[in-house]
Amino acid sequence: MKYIDEFRDGQVAQGLAARIRQEVEPGRAYALMEFCGGHTHAICRYGIEDLLPDKVRLIHGPGCPVCVLPSGRLQSAIDLAERDRVILCSYGDLLRVPGAQGDTLLKAKARGAEVRMVYSISDALDIARAQPGRQVVFFAIGFETTTPPTAVVILQARREGLHNFSVYCNHVLTPPALRAILADHRPGSGADPKANSLLNGCIGPAHVSTIIGSEPYQFVAADYRQPLVIAGFEPLDVLQAILLLIRQINTGAAKVENEYTRAVTPEGNRKAQRLMAEVFELRPRFEWRGLGELPDSALAIRPEFAEWDAERRFTMPPIQAADHKACACAEVLRGIKRPQDCKVFGAACTPDHPLGSCMVSAEGACAAHYHYGRFRQAAA
Amino acid sequence: MNPIPQRFAHHLDLKHGCVELTHGGGGRAMAQLIEELFLAAFDNDWLRTQDDGARLPGCDGRLVMATDSHVVSPLFFPGGDIGCLSVHGTINDVAMTGAKPLYLAATFILEEGFPLADLKRIVDSMAQASRQAGVPIVTGDTKVVERGKGDGVFITTTGIGVIPPGVEISASRAKPGDAILISGALGDHGMAVLSQRENLSFESPIMSDTAALHGLVAALIQVAPGIHCLRDPTRGGLGSALNEIAQQSGVGMRLREAAIPVHEPVRALCEFLGLDPLYVANEGKLLAIGPAKLAETALAALRNHPLGREAAIIGEVVADDHGFVEMETTFGGRRLVDWLSGEQLPRIC
Ligand code: SF4
Repeated sequence: MKYIDEFRDGQVAQGLAARIRQEVEPGRAYALMEFCGGHTHAICRYGIEDLLPDKVRLIHGPGCPVCVLPSGRLQSAIDLAERDRVILCSYGDLLRVPGAQGDTLLKAKARGAEVRMVYSISDALDIARAQPGRQVVFFAIGFETTTPPTAVVILQARREGLHNFSVYCNHVLTPPALRAILADHRPGSGADPKANSLLNGCIGPAHVSTIIGSEPYQFVAADYRQPLVIAGFEPLDVLQAILLLIRQINTGAAKVENEYTRAVTPEGNRKAQRLMAEVFELRPRFEWRGLGELPDSALAIRPEFAEWDAERRFTMPPIQAADHKACACAEVLRGIKRPQDCKVFGAACTPDHPLGSCMVSAEGACAAHYHYGRFRQAAA
Repeated sequence: MNPIPQRFAHHLDLKHGCVELTHGGGGRAMAQLIEELFLAAFDNDWLRTQDDGARLPGCDGRLVMATDSHVVSPLFFPGGDIGCLSVHGTINDVAMTGAKPLYLAATFILEEGFPLADLKRIVDSMAQASRQAGVPIVTGDTKVVERGKGDGVFITTTGIGVIPPGVEISASRAKPGDAILISGALGDHGMAVLSQRENLSFESPIMSDTAALHGLVAALIQVAPGIHCLRDPTRGGLGSALNEIAQQSGVGMRLREAAIPVHEPVRALCEFLGLDPLYVANEGKLLAIGPAKLAETALAALRNHPLGREAAIIGEVVADDHGFVEMETTFGGRRLVDWLSGEQLPRIC
């Protein structure tokens, strides 16, 4: 796997950083949002901000699947896990995210609920096969990247006639969230001007774009006159994308560019898209933590697959759960506050005792900042 | 096969038999398990007396005692098993004080129904590890719990050692200016175990690095007795070990990522799963911190030993009131190497 190191080459990085410094123009602002948590993680993990001139500001976006799940839906999962005979399978990160009144799946597990941490949805399917007497539910979250595997597994469950398996579907879509963010940061919008949150460009998703392609981002340029550069998750990808964005900003351009051509095509992965269309349909509305209710922004399992849809198999009344009152996750997810601007960051809210969802997953802005960047504040 | 001792009508069925509750009951069945399995494997003068305790000769110097419980799943993994791991783990805990490990005690908690064949494999592996290390298991105990109340086998080992005169090693002794050394590549054990877990079904060539490190420590101390701290970065990995030392010594650390050795397959598997090798467990590596002027001598001593071939100087101790462990990334940026919170979890984005 020499491949990985090629994208982490320090010397190439220094060369790119030097070019960025040369090309940044004094009279301009370069506030760039990386949409994806994967980018946030790479930026913090490799200390990319240290290589950038002060004028280039990176703003973390909402693209962390664990972070945007509203507490109410998390609480529904906790309630489901506590039912008799149910085994709830979940990605590890979700176990620590606070639901209503700070309850978590981990606490439910300690109380005796059967919650299993899995690495992929197919592990959940294996558990269902092995435990015919139990109802196995997979707690599905994620953007377009994790959706095709969910579709594959639901189709497989139908093929096998596996009647003790279902999916609690919380899959969401990237473009509507990006649209909400851009509307928020538009001049004259509700965004707090003191937070200096007007955007000048976006770093577009990596893995998501391999599925949906680069075409669905055209509205960013067309409707919001913003440049967007799709970038891979490797640190050099991020630097390269920043340079491309700076060049667009300098010339007043607003285009969708693709830095991640080794994996992303304009039309994306057609096969994966077909699979998604076969199993899922749009939800007219869906609540996002931080972004509120967004139209056509999430997927539900089609009625043909009702048997494998946990929301249909079990009665799951919608739950409204308020976030902790000190929590600034909503503002952090919208990019109008930085993690360190939250009053409880690093004090009442730490990765060991997260108050908000952004402090849990490695892709969460607060967690990434806490783990990798805290020393900067201490020095300041 | 040994002649059947008169007290037992049959040999233990070490091929197809299972642990039964009577094996922990203190009666004949237990005596047989001890005699035919544990004694046969660990055989030494202390055990042969079959007394409740081992009478050990007195010795000069400061004694060190350490204990460690082992609950690994799976029990067998590439490069080792819970048996040798339980011997190495405690020997290493003793050795990290600079001591020469002398004796071990071993306690087994067995689950009813556990195959005797597996138990024999584990016990043989412990016996071999203890013999190779030259540290005998001089006393022990066995308990059996009902089916469903254990996870096959839990092993607790306790070790005693003696510290040579003039050696003063403690996690609270790191000083600004000290050099930080690691004896080899990170993450082999943790990734070997993880790759074997049933729900991660891919092939990987990664072998656990489990090994007894007292020989390496002795070689190091011989040329650099002024070493300040030693640690084996087991669970929680290098990142956690450095944070512990930073906190106990009231100092900060600065690492260079490019200098930290990680084997390619480990790096690749970590990458695939979104894990950081800095937090993955090792069972055969040591971290040494000592005066910069000793660094090159210490490095040479480590590299001259079969268990330290890939040793490297990876950073230095600095004065820092926050106790931050910072790292210059391969990329030229800086990041914090924080305490691990919870378990390291794979990425899903
Ligand atoms: S510090 Fe905690 S509460 Fe504040 S925004 Fe971040 S995750 Fe939310």
